[in-house]
Amino acid sequence: MELSLKAPKQAVEGSATWALSDRIGLVVCWALGLLFCAVAVAIVAFLFVKGVSYLELSMLTTPASAGFSQAESGGFSDALFGTMIVAVMAISLALPTGVATAIWLVEYGRPAALARITESTIEAIAGIPSIVLALFGTVIFSNTALGFLSRSSEGVVFGRSFFAASAMLSLVALPLVVASTREGLNSIPRHVREASYAVGKTKAATVRRILLPTSRPQVATGAMLGLGRIIGDTAIIIVLLGATQNFAPVEEAPFPLDYLRGAGTTLTNFVYEASPTGNLNQPEKAYAAAFVLLLMVLALNAAVDLVHRRARKVGTWSH
Amino acid sequence: MNEEFPQEYGPRWSDQRVERMLGVLVCAVVGLLLAMIATVFVRAWPSFSHNGLAWFGPGGAVDEQLNAIFLSGQSGAEYVYTFHGWPLIWSTILITGGSVLIALFSALFVAVFIVEFAPEWMSNILQPVVRFLASVPSVIYGLLGVLVLVPFIGNHLISEEQKSSVAGVISLTGYSLLAAVLVLTLMIAPLMVSIFTDGLRSVKPGWLEGSLALGVNRWRTTWKIGVRAARPAIVAGTVLATARAIGEAVMLAMISGSVGFAPNPADGLIFIYEPSRPLAPTIVKNIDQLSSPPANATLFAIAAILLLSATLFSLTGYLARRSMAKYGAA
Repeated sequence: MELSLKAPKQAVEGSATWALSDRIGLVVCWALGLLFCAVAVAIVAFLFVKGVSYLELSMLTTPASAGFSQAESGGFSDALFGTMIVAVMAISLALPTGVATAIWLVEYGRPAALARITESTIEAIAGIPSIVLALFGTVIFSNTALGFLSRSSEGVVFGRSFFAASAMLSLVALPLVVASTREGLNSIPRHVREASYAVGKTKAATVRRILLPTSRPQVATGAMLGLGRIIGDTAIIIVLLGATQNFAPVEEAPFPLDYLRGAGTTLTNFVYEASPTGNLNQPEKAYAAAFVLLLMVLALNAAVDLVHRRARKVGTWSH
Repeated sequence: MNEEFPQEYGPRWSDQRVERMLGVLVCAVVGLLLAMIATVFVRAWPSFSHNGLAWFGPGGAVDEQLNAIFLSGQSGAEYVYTFHGWPLIWSTILITGGSVLIALFSALFVAVFIVEFAPEWMSNILQPVVRFLASVPSVIYGLLGVLVLVPFIGNHLISEEQKSSVAGVISLTGYSLLAAVLVLTLMIAPLMVSIFTDGLRSVKPGWLEGSLALGVNRWRTTWKIGVRAARPAIVAGTVLATARAIGEAVMLAMISGSVGFAPNPADGLIFIYEPSRPLAPTIVKNIDQLSSPPANATLFAIAAILLLSATLFSLTGYLARRSMAKYGAA
């Protein structure tokens, strides 16, 4: 909703008649606005220049290896694939859970007390630092009953694997999916549901055939915002994916499971370790990996914009 | 169409059944959160019970204490739990407080600018910029901090006399409060801007028009009526950003300096160049000590403090936003 002050374009008063203090305030507004733009441009431009000069295509296809100089230590293909694996696994956990929670909150929501508790639970999960989620993950996945999700030797469960990291990362994305889906469901007016009930559809069928398809743009937005958080998270990866720079598949499992049960790495972990404060200290490769990561984030942002614009073109409901 | 008929009306998708299934799922999510809170506090208990309130107090070098705790778990001798976390807590307060204050000031101006004063083209640029800044991964901010901001502070802002004046106590290299506060501000300000703009946009137009009709200029109207009416959104945004700042671990682990040192404002302005380490990065830095039972308890105790404060902050933000909805502003 645009603020109505802006609506009659020609009637907007200029700042010429304002007191000096008001005009100084306006200057501060402009300065901070331009500063925000300048910082964003500087970040993108700096990483772009560094990324283009240090990134080689071979880095995307060779895994990291031990070496004395930056030329010998390989690339970060394992990290790139790791990011993709984690993103797919975590969002495929978070999306159904989040959409189902949102449907329950908006369409069912009985008893009311449980609905309020659920709402505050989602808010609380959104506020929990990911490092705390990560520590909690070490407790869950070191459980002997969950040994089949990670490496275990002689009864001791390692508890660090793609399964463990993805499960905890899905909690990072969950609140975003829930919030966005709720927004979508709430924006569908009551009479649409009533029309559906009037032709004899059950509530469940209405949700499945009418409400969910209608709120698809918002669900997609939530999923993409969640994906952005998942691929950007570092704390959970450092703690729950094992401190390695390569895939470390478990020997005794069949193909996809051996990698998913094993430790691994992602781009965020690679950037962290390759920065001067990490164990590898290869700033040039850190820049290259950060550039790839930034491209992913930019692509997700552009996708969110696209979905928004398309949804707006279709139009909104008339109430 | 016809084939789907029996399925939709059959027992598989009956309303009661769907409601029950969704209810069970929701209960599971709630249960997971409760289990998490319980687990973290149970694991943290040994550390709290051994130290009592002294856990939060000053005393001794915190890094040596952490090391002693870790080693006692390895050697098989009696476990040591002595831990005085004040330097870490103080560093958290300084870094979080500093960046929230700066971010609040700048986010408020930028939000007012976007909603009210920016020309159309400018707000069309600023909105994606804010969204982009909010979505940059923290590790990228950390990397830029380490490779650009920290060397700049170390080489250009801190003079040699300042370095030698505290050389016996701590070495000033650029990993500092200043760097941490600046980068953290950049991370949380966009979050605030987006919540503030939502709040400002939902102020009832009639209120603003009433003020304008009385001859109050647009600037004063916005601040006296718009910003005041959007107060719940401002509280919510600030509180949520604070929760985010408290929990930020990786970026701060990279640029805060990673020394268990409490910067002392009594030293004068130089204290903003002093390194420290807040609570969350302490967990990241000592994560390989989880196998030692007393160190495990200590790290979970830190996590418990983070969990408690972040949850309180985000619930406050949630309540503030609910009150906003009640006044019809949302």
